[in-house]
Parts: sequence; C-alpha cells; structure tokens
Amino acid sequence: MKSAKMTDSKYFTTTKKGEIFELKAELNSDKKERKKEAVKKVIASMTVGKDVSALFPDVVNCMQTDNLELKKLVYLYLMNYAKSQPDMAIMAVNTFVKDCDDSNPLIRALAVRTMGCIRVDKITEYLCEPLRKCLKDEDPYVRKTAAVSVAKLHDINAQLVEDQGFLDLLKDLLSDSNPMVVANAVAAISEILETSQTAHQALEMNSQTINKLLTALNECTEWGQVFILDAIANYTPKDDREAQSICERVAPRFAHANAAVVLSAVKVVMKLIEMMDQSSEFTTNMIKKLAPPLVTLLSTEPEIQYVALRNINLIVQKRPDILKQEMKVFFVKYNDPIYVKLEKLDIMIRLTNQSNIAQVLAELKEYATEVDVDFVRKSVRAIGRCAIKVEAAAERCVSTLLDLIQTKVNYVVQEAIVVIKDIFRKYPNKYESIIATLCENLDTLDEPEARASMIWIIGEYAERIDNADELLESFLDGFQDENTQVQLQLLTAIVKLFLKRPTDTQELVQQVLSLATQDSDNPDLRDRGYIYWRLLSTDPAAAKEVVLAEKPLISEETDLIEPTLLDELICHISSLASVYHKPPTAFVEGRSIVMRKALPPRSTSAGSPQGLTAVAEQPAAAPQTQHTVIPGADSLIGDLLDMDLGPPMHQQQFQQTPAAPPAQSSGAIDLLGEGLDSLLGSGAPLPGDQAGSGLGLAGLGDIFGVPQTTFYVPPQEVWLPAAKAKGLEISGTFTRRNGVIQMEMTLHNKAMQPMTGFAVQFNKNSFGLIPSNQVELKVPLLPSQTANVTINLNTNGPVLRMDPLTNLQVAIKNNIDVFYFAILVPMHVMFVEDGEMDKRVFLATWKDIPTQNEVQSEIKDVQHNADTVSQKLRNNNIFTIAKRNVEGQDMLYQSVKLVNGIWVLMELKIQPGNPNFTLSLKSRAVDVYPGIQQTYDIILHQG
Amino acid sequence: MSASAVFVLDVKGKVLICRNYRGDIDMSVIDKFMPLLMEKEEEGVVTPIIQHGDNTFFYIKYNNLYLVSLTKKNANVAMVFTFLHKIVQVFCEYFKELEEESIRDNFVIIYELLDELMDFGFPQTTDSKILQEYITQEGHKLEVAPRPPMAVTNAVSWRSEGVSANGNVLRSEIVGAVKMRVYLSGMPELRLGLNDKVLFESTGRGKSKSVELEDVKFHQCVRLSRFENDRTISFIPPDGEFELMSYRLNTHVKPLIWVESVIERHAHSRVEYMIKAKSQFKRRSTANNVEIVIPVPMDADSPKFKTTSGSCKYAPDQNAVVWTIKSFPGGKEYLMRAHFGLPSVASEESEGRPPIHVRFEIPYFTVSGIQVRYLKIIEKSGYQALPWVRYITQNGDYQLRTQ
Repeated sequence: MKSAKMTDSKYFTTTKKGEIFELKAELNSDKKERKKEAVKKVIASMTVGKDVSALFPDVVNCMQTDNLELKKLVYLYLMNYAKSQPDMAIMAVNTFVKDCDDSNPLIRALAVRTMGCIRVDKITEYLCEPLRKCLKDEDPYVRKTAAVSVAKLHDINAQLVEDQGFLDLLKDLLSDSNPMVVANAVAAISEILETSQTAHQALEMNSQTINKLLTALNECTEWGQVFILDAIANYTPKDDREAQSICERVAPRFAHANAAVVLSAVKVVMKLIEMMDQSSEFTTNMIKKLAPPLVTLLSTEPEIQYVALRNINLIVQKRPDILKQEMKVFFVKYNDPIYVKLEKLDIMIRLTNQSNIAQVLAELKEYATEVDVDFVRKSVRAIGRCAIKVEAAAERCVSTLLDLIQTKVNYVVQEAIVVIKDIFRKYPNKYESIIATLCENLDTLDEPEARASMIWIIGEYAERIDNADELLESFLDGFQDENTQVQLQLLTAIVKLFLKRPTDTQELVQQVLSLATQDSDNPDLRDRGYIYWRLLSTDPAAAKEVVLAEKPLISEETDLIEPTLLDELICHISSLASVYHKPPTAFVEGRSIVMRKALPPRSTSAGSPQGLTAVAEQPAAAPQTQHTVIPGADSLIGDLLDMDLGPPMHQQQFQQTPAAPPAQSSGAIDLLGEGLDSLLGSGAPLPGDQAGSGLGLAGLGDIFGVPQTTFYVPPQEVWLPAAKAKGLEISGTFTRRNGVIQMEMTLHNKAMQPMTGFAVQFNKNSFGLIPSNQVELKVPLLPSQTANVTINLNTNGPVLRMDPLTNLQVAIKNNIDVFYFAILVPMHVMFVEDGEMDKRVFLATWKDIPTQNEVQSEIKDVQHNADTVSQKLRNNNIFTIAKRNVEGQDMLYQSVKLVNGIWVLMELKIQPGNPNFTLSLKSRAVDVYPGIQQTYDIILHQG
Repeated sequence: MSASAVFVLDVKGKVLICRNYRGDIDMSVIDKFMPLLMEKEEEGVVTPIIQHGDNTFFYIKYNNLYLVSLTKKNANVAMVFTFLHKIVQVFCEYFKELEEESIRDNFVIIYELLDELMDFGFPQTTDSKILQEYITQEGHKLEVAPRPPMAVTNAVSWRSEGVSANGNVLRSEIVGAVKMRVYLSGMPELRLGLNDKVLFESTGRGKSKSVELEDVKFHQCVRLSRFENDRTISFIPPDGEFELMSYRLNTHVKPLIWVESVIERHAHSRVEYMIKAKSQFKRRSTANNVEIVIPVPMDADSPKFKTTSGSCKYAPDQNAVVWTIKSFPGGKEYLMRAHFGLPSVASEESEGRPPIHVRFEIPYFTVSGIQVRYLKIIEKSGYQALPWVRYITQNGDYQLRTQ
C-alpha cells in the first residue's frame, strides 16, 4: 500500500538533462518494480507532451509481463507511438497474438482492443486471426470488445475485413446471448454501414434482426440502448403494423434516466408514426406520450438542455400539437445559460397562439428589461413576431413595444423600431398613430437596420407626417457615409414622398437622385436611382403604380425549415445535424456515403380517409371514377356530330393577333418635356448627361422601353395540313392573357374557292376546355389568303380524362366540310394567376402529401441563375414561394394551380456550377407530372 | 458515431490528459479550442458546441476543468454530453473530488478508466461500481471529509420557480426522486410499491389517495417494459447508494415558503429591503435550515439588518444578503429589514435583477403526497431484510423575481 501522500504527480517531476538516457536504463532494469516506475515516468512525459518515442524498443520490451497495470501502460504507449514507428510496431505483434490467448479475459480483451487502435497498415493482416478467435471467445467481455475491433479494422482496411468474412461474424453476434455484445455489434455494424456501400448487402437489417435488437434493448446498458435505438431508427418497417409494434416496444424507453436514450427513442417514434394512419387512436396516444419526456429533458444539464431544445425546435415544426400545452416550461430562468435562453425564446414564439399570448407577452416584456444585450434584442424581436403571428394580440404587442421605447435604452428602441416596421406592413392603416412617438427617437438610431426601418416608415406614411421632408432631408447630409441598406431605403422613401407630395419636394428628390446616380459607386444604388428617375420622367402614373404598389403580405412564421430538410433532420434527432439544423453532408467531409435520410412513406395498408377524399375532390385526377380510354372513332364522330354547328351564339369576333402594346414613345417625349422639366426645374442639366456615361435617355429608353410579352407562347405549328382538309390549312398555338386561355389560329385558304361559315368545337377533355366565342370572319377567306383568329376558351366544359392529359380533340367546320384533328395543349396555359400558395399552407400541404407522390426529375443544361429562373417561371404563373440557400445550393419552392383546382408543389434545386437542375414534384394528382415537367423543360430553355 | 477523442483541459486550455479513440483527427486541433471559446464569448454567441473546420468540439466545464470531446462526424450529441457528464461522475466517485490536482495525482488510473469508459468512440461501462470491481488500483483520493452514511432513503424535493414580483406563481412543478442505499447480499430482486394513480386505477383502487406522476425516469436497473405493462417497479439494485427513480408532477401547490419583497431604491444614497417570509405548510411540520438569499447591488455598502427571527449576513462575494432561519415552523410569518448605503457616483455597468432564492428542507413530509407502500425483497437464500424509509422535502430551483 502506498501512503496517501504518494501520488502519481511525482512522476512529472523529472526534468533534468539526460532523462531519456536514464529512463532507458531503468526500463531495462531487472527489477520489476523499477521497470514499472520507469514506464510510469515515460507515460507521464508523454502526457505533458514530451516526445519519448526514442524509447520505443525499450518500452515494447516490457510488454511481456504478467502485471496487468504495467501491460496497460505499455499498450497505451504503443497506441500513441506505433504510427510514428511502424517498423518497430511489428515487434509487438507476437505479444498481441499471445495475449489474445491469455487465460485472463481482461488481458485477452485488452489485447484485442489495443490491436485495433494501432493504425499501422502493415500489421493489420496479422491481427485477423486473433480477432476471429476473440469474436468467438467464451467470455462476453472479450466478445463485446472484439465486436468493436471489427469496426476499427474496417476503418483501417475495409477490403480486408470484408474479404475475410468478418461482416458475417459480426452479424452472428447480433444473436449473441449477452446484450452488451449485441449492442456493440450493432454499433460496429452502424459504423461500417456509414462508410461502406458493399457492406450493405451483408449487414442489411430485416424484421427478424430488429426483433432480436428489441429484445436486447430491455437488458443492455444505457449506451447499448442508444446504439440499438439509433440502428432501429435507420430501419424502415415493411408496413404500419410492424411500425406500430416497434413503437410499442420502444416507447418504454421514454422513462429512461439517460437523456440520450430518451432522445433516440423519440427519434424512432417520430420517424415511425409517419407511416401510420394519422387519425388512429394509436398515433394520437403515441403523440401524447412524447410530450412528458421532452419536457423532462429541460431539467437536465444545460448542455443537454441545449441539444434537447434544438431538437424540440424541429419537433414542434413537424408536429406542432405535441407541445402546444407546454408553453410554460420554456419560460426562461434567470440562471439559464444564454444559449439555453435564446433557444427557449425561439420555441416560445413557435408555440404562441391566441390562448397563451397574454402570458407570453408578459414574459417577453420582463425579458426585454434584462441586461444581456443579445437576449434583450431577441426578446424585443419576439414581441414583434407575436404581433405578426397572433392578430388579436397585435395591439397589445404594439403597446408593449411603445412602453419599451419609452425606456430609451438605445438598443431596445432600435430593435423595437425594426419590428414595428414589420407590424405596419402586416397590418396596414392600423397603428400609424404611434409614428409621432417613433419619430422622437430618430436621432438616437445608429444601427443601419433601425435607421433603414425608420426611413421606410417615414416614406411609407409620408402623407401623415407633416415634416416628413425635413426628417428625410436630415438623413441626406451624411448620405455617402450611410450603409447601403439605409441609402437604398432613403432613395425609395424620398421618391415615395415626392409621389405623394410632388409640390414641395422636387428639390429633395432631385438631390437624392443625383446622390444615388452620380456620387455612388454602388451599382445597386445607381441602378435603382436610374430606374426611379426614368420612371418619374416618362410616366409618373406608372411610377406611382410601381413605387407605391401594394406590398405582398409578410409571412407570419419566420425561420421555418423547409419541409424536405425538416423531414431529413427528424431522422437525425439527437445528432449533430439536429443541432446545426443542417444535413450531415454540410459538415461531415467526404468518406462516408452520402445517404440522405427521409421519413418513411405513409403505409398503404392503412385506409387513409383523407387520401380518399382528396382524390374524390379532383375528378380529373381520379381515373377510377372516369373512363380512361379514349373514345373510339365512332363515338368521337358521334360526339362531334351532336355538336351545334349552327350559327354561333356569340357576336362574331375576329381579332388580329394583337400588335405590341401601344407605342409609348410619343408619350415619353411629352413627359420628358413636362414631367422631367418640372421635376428638375428649368436649366438643371440631366444627371445622365452630366455623368457623360452615354447612358442618356435613349439608352435608358432601350433598357426600360416597351415591356416584352413574357408569358411563353410556343411558336405556331401546323395542326391541320391542307391536304387533309380540302385546302384549309390551320396552324396555331395557345397562350394565356389576362387570365384567359386563348387559342390562336392562322387559317390559310389553299383551295380554289372562298371559305365561309367557320365554327369550332372541342370534344370532352381533361380540363373542360370549351370555346367561349366562335370563329367568324366578316369577309370570306379568299383563296391564298390567311386570317388570324383568336378564340377565348373557358374551362367549364365537360370533363373526360384524356391520355395524354393535355390531348384536345377539335372539330372545325366551314362551308366545305367538317374536319377533325387532335392537338396537345401546352400545360402552362392551364396555370392560373392565383397559384401562389401561402407559405404556411405550402408547408402543411407538402407534409400532408404522401412521400410516394414525390417524383424527381432532372432538367438538363439550364443556363440561368435562380433569380432569372424564378422570374421566367413567374411569368408563366409558376410562383416561387420561398428561396433558400442550403449548403451553397439554391432551393426554390414553387406552386402552381391548375384551372381545375389541382395544386402542384415544386422544389427546384440549383447547384452552383451545375447546369442540371433537380425538380421534385408533389401533388395529390400525379397524372399532371409529365405536363409540368415538360413545361419546366421548355420554359427554362427559353432565351 | 460519437467521440474521436476526449481531453481534460485546465482553465487556460492546457491539456492535462487526453485519449485518442479513433485516430481520425489531428490531436493538436485542441490548441484551437480555448482561442475559439474566447472568441465566441466575446461575440456573445457561446454554445456548448463549437465548430472548427470539419471538427466539432463539445465541451462541459467542471470546477476548473474543461472536458472536451472532438468529432469529425455527425455524432450523437446527446450521447456525447451525457457521456462527458458521466465521466465527471465516475472520476468524482473514484477520487472524491475532480480538479486539476486530482487528475495529475491519478493519471495512471485515469488512463485505465478512459480505456474502459469508451472504445472507438462508443461509450462502454460507465458505472463506477462495476468499474471499481476490476479497475482495482487504489485511487489517490483528495482528502475530503467523509459524508454521513444514509440508510435506504427516499428523498423528495419540492420545487417552484419564477414567482413574479406581483405575487403570481408563474410556474411550479414538483420534481422528486427516490434514492436508495442498498446493503444486500446475493442477487436480490426488489419490488417497490408507490401510491401511483395509474396503478391504483387499473387495479380498482381508484378511490385511495394516490398521486399522478407526469413523467418518471428510472435508473437503468429497473425493468422498463415491466413498468410500461403493469406499472410494477421491479429491479435488481446495484450495491450502495443510487437514485432509483425521479419523477415530475404538474400538481399546482402553494409555495411552501412564501416570500414577498419590497425594495426601495434611492439612487446615489441608499437602498432598503423589506422581506416577509411565510410558511404555508401544516403547523406540525418544521422547515429546517431555511436560507433566503436576497441579491443586492454590487456597490452597496454599510449593511444594517433587523429581523424578527434568524440571522442575517452580508455576503459580498455573492452580492447578496443571506437570511438564515434554523427552524421555521408551519403557519408562521417572519420579517427582515435591510438597509444599504449606495455610492453617490453610480457605476457604469447596468446590473441584472437577479431573483431571490430560497433554500430549505422539511423532514418527514412530502408535498407530492407520494408514499412508499412497500418494498419487497426476494432473494433465494430467503434472508430477512428490513427496509427503512425516510421522507424529506427540499427546495428545488426556487426563484422569486424582484422589481
């Protein structure tokens, strides 16, 4: 026995010269005790970072000992230095092999554990035999250690491990009688699967292995339970019944004291309830069971709380109901670390609703008076988010913010002004009475965002602020020193002011335009300046329309994670990805196989009533309720013969294909004379001329001139050749103007006689297209003449599902005969103008549509960036609802509504430098997919 | 899956001891840890997870030590943090106290423990009772006063927090635990019976007095699936002291010690406190060692106190007054007045308004009403064992906001 005073610290004290030499002598001493002391000194030197690799042969010489403590130290030394001395490491192999045969299981395990940590390629193959033996050792302690060693060896030389059949041996261990062995085997398997594609076949989990794991779950250590649960989370059951039974057996883990076990169990259940009928009692009960363990995680150590909170943030986005009653547990405590406070705040806002808003506001107000600046700022911002989220509480939020502004605490005031701007936008014409109070604080604002917000408010409400011009002017003095966002905002605000009060603000607007266009190096600012200037000079009415346009509503939820990423992150609960809120590929480098996880699709064996109603609502997409075959030729003719080819009921409309919109040049010149002169005052030189940039008015005219038709109209093609229609050739195309689908046709008379009495009719078709006016030519179409005809189409005609969906059968009659032809209508003319889905609805819908409805395709070789793409699509009523940049790639979330009310949701992935875009479609009516894909393909390859 | 390496650092970031578990990282990356942490602290964006290139640091702080784990993968963070806390627990149980000195004094055994605690980044055996069976080397314990032994103990703590200044209880819950100290030989099978509402209802005793446990957490020795099935708490206990279970109740209870405060601040001259404490439990119970900690400004001076009971002490290191009442019977009310001078020049730094904390314990009383109905011990040899149960209520995290 050592005395209590004799501690290991004495080994650190030798610092004299010649130390290595002395140690060498001691290591080679005959006395066991002296040897041991020497090794301890070596380890102590190693611990403080001294290089003792020179002693390698001497230390390895001590390896053959029956003293366990000494052996452990030598092994430790080996692990540290083997890599730097690979040639000498081979000296140790013999002892390893021998130790793997030792009668003491502790030594066998120690040897097999250390072997795997010697990452020297040369000796790896010598380790296979001892490892194989240890995997079948009689002692479970050795087997569980050997299981992990398989993963170690695989990490060094995967090929060797797979060739030598270790994967099968490892798989056998899943049936081991000892749960610790099973758990480590599971851990090793998960590890190997992460890096090896080939291992998948050998190690694939099936329901039997999962069953074994679930049995072992009840008996192994807390960590083993984590390994097993994480492995189960990677398994997708074959149907909802299996999913349910796994959930039932995993749920008791919610009562485990170890937070990691609880979170891994939550992961499994969150994933598997996706597969089940959402309205079933089982699902409801399971969801109820999730709340208490999540709440209890908030009583753990702060670091674990932080992990839990980041995960809860995901869980409440996926399933808001789980914690909706638990607002209070997220109230911030005085002694919470700041990272816990900020996360709690975020979740509080997510859970805020009308019923708990009063409590939340009282809390937030309290927080806003604390001392931690970041926390206070976020609290003030949170009050603004509450106002935007819960309309009924907006007024209370505003008055709370006003109270806070009265505190005159600089950063509180600034933060409050930023959020009040958003509140103004969300609820126009409601709270403007407080503007006066805001203006009082103008001088104290020194942060760009706050200054920009205040300027926005002044510009937006210029007509109500008597001295708006003075206020804005006061900012102009230091214009050059302002941050860009302030400059841009100031420019816009002054233009707004001018449009509202043109009489006395000319000088101001001239000043700001000149500052923006001439004195600035910032292209954004200059461009905006020129645009305003041009707008004001050519068409003040248009300028009003543009600058004072009604603004789109702002979304009530911010920072929502996009749905596919959210689903992926749910599969990563309790891992680093769930804390970063990024997919693992964003921060784990190369070696592991990129395998994106996704939630399992809802199981089909569960009759989902929602699914059925959804189909029933959309007849066009419900083949089982409609005839799917195209009617035979006879019936088609029958239908067409039935049609009323008599005198058209509508007033004959003969339209020339509309020319370009009325030229504006003359107007522009007028306005230049009047508008601009009055704007700039006589004698003032034009800023553009002064700059001598050559960007005179003519140049601007080119840039901002006649707007182009942006809706994509395919070129006309021949629908009916003359040979088939007794000399009548019809070519045509489809377009959409002002919300009306139009069929544009060119009729060419190639016959020898004049043609009269044109009429057109459609057969039943998928979208119920029906002509709303008729073709009537005032004068007969003479031989070799052409006439352009536009027919407006309604979509309330009889519906019959066609194949392909956009097939349209047309009959056209003239004085000579009736002719039939079939054409494909480009899908995008069916996209209606109000197809922009609300963000929230989008998220909910995306979640709601089963994953099996999701289809991915690639659009090759697109030469546009994300912004151009979304503009192009928007011109064709494909609306980009959100754009997000995920690990450098742009994700566009888009929606389309078809004339028959079918919604299609899109996710367009654009990777930098990759001209091939990935398009994912989600809709309840999968039949429309080919048409949508085609549309994207065409539109994105235009211009 | 989890940690590539574990480091123990001193307060300046110097490595005291480390273990490389996976060999996939450059161990010198740890030198970046402290500068990164300081940078984050300066920016005010401290989190327990720090990303550096493709390495991620996870850390916890204990006494004057940092325990840091490093990974390159999408590690199971919850597991890494519970593991780091577990290391602390194991080291504490081995060395009584964990600090820089005890690391140096025990580096050999720490290496041995690190070898057993984790393998290739997978946590292994972390139960110090089991470890002590085969990591037999005598640890060099720091000399710390021995703790009094406890018999089989059932401790129940009571907790309420965030009582707002205007006297509303913002949030309260009861968090309790059943702790055991077991000295039994052989492989005894134990069964614990509580007055659990769910159990009573399922067995038709719905009318008896029972408590509804909102959430329960068990020591890993308890058979969870058994509990899930029929609410039976059955287990084979480890030897010695451990926490068998903890539970949480949402029952709303009156704060046992109710504190009201009136604070009058006269800027640049003085601040006065009037604190009223009232015990809101039955007269036959008594709270012991009641401590009411009232925060005062940092620059306060010349304290003066007056109390109807107990004693007051100014604790400048905590910026607080501690009012101690050794024995506080139920249904009583005590008063305390304090007076501090303030300097005429106000300090630049604004101070937060820390809450008032209350500490106490009430023996032979459970606020939750939880009861141990029986503790059955089944062992093959059939020896007689006498269980003994003690109830106690303690404050939890009890905070009162001040104006």
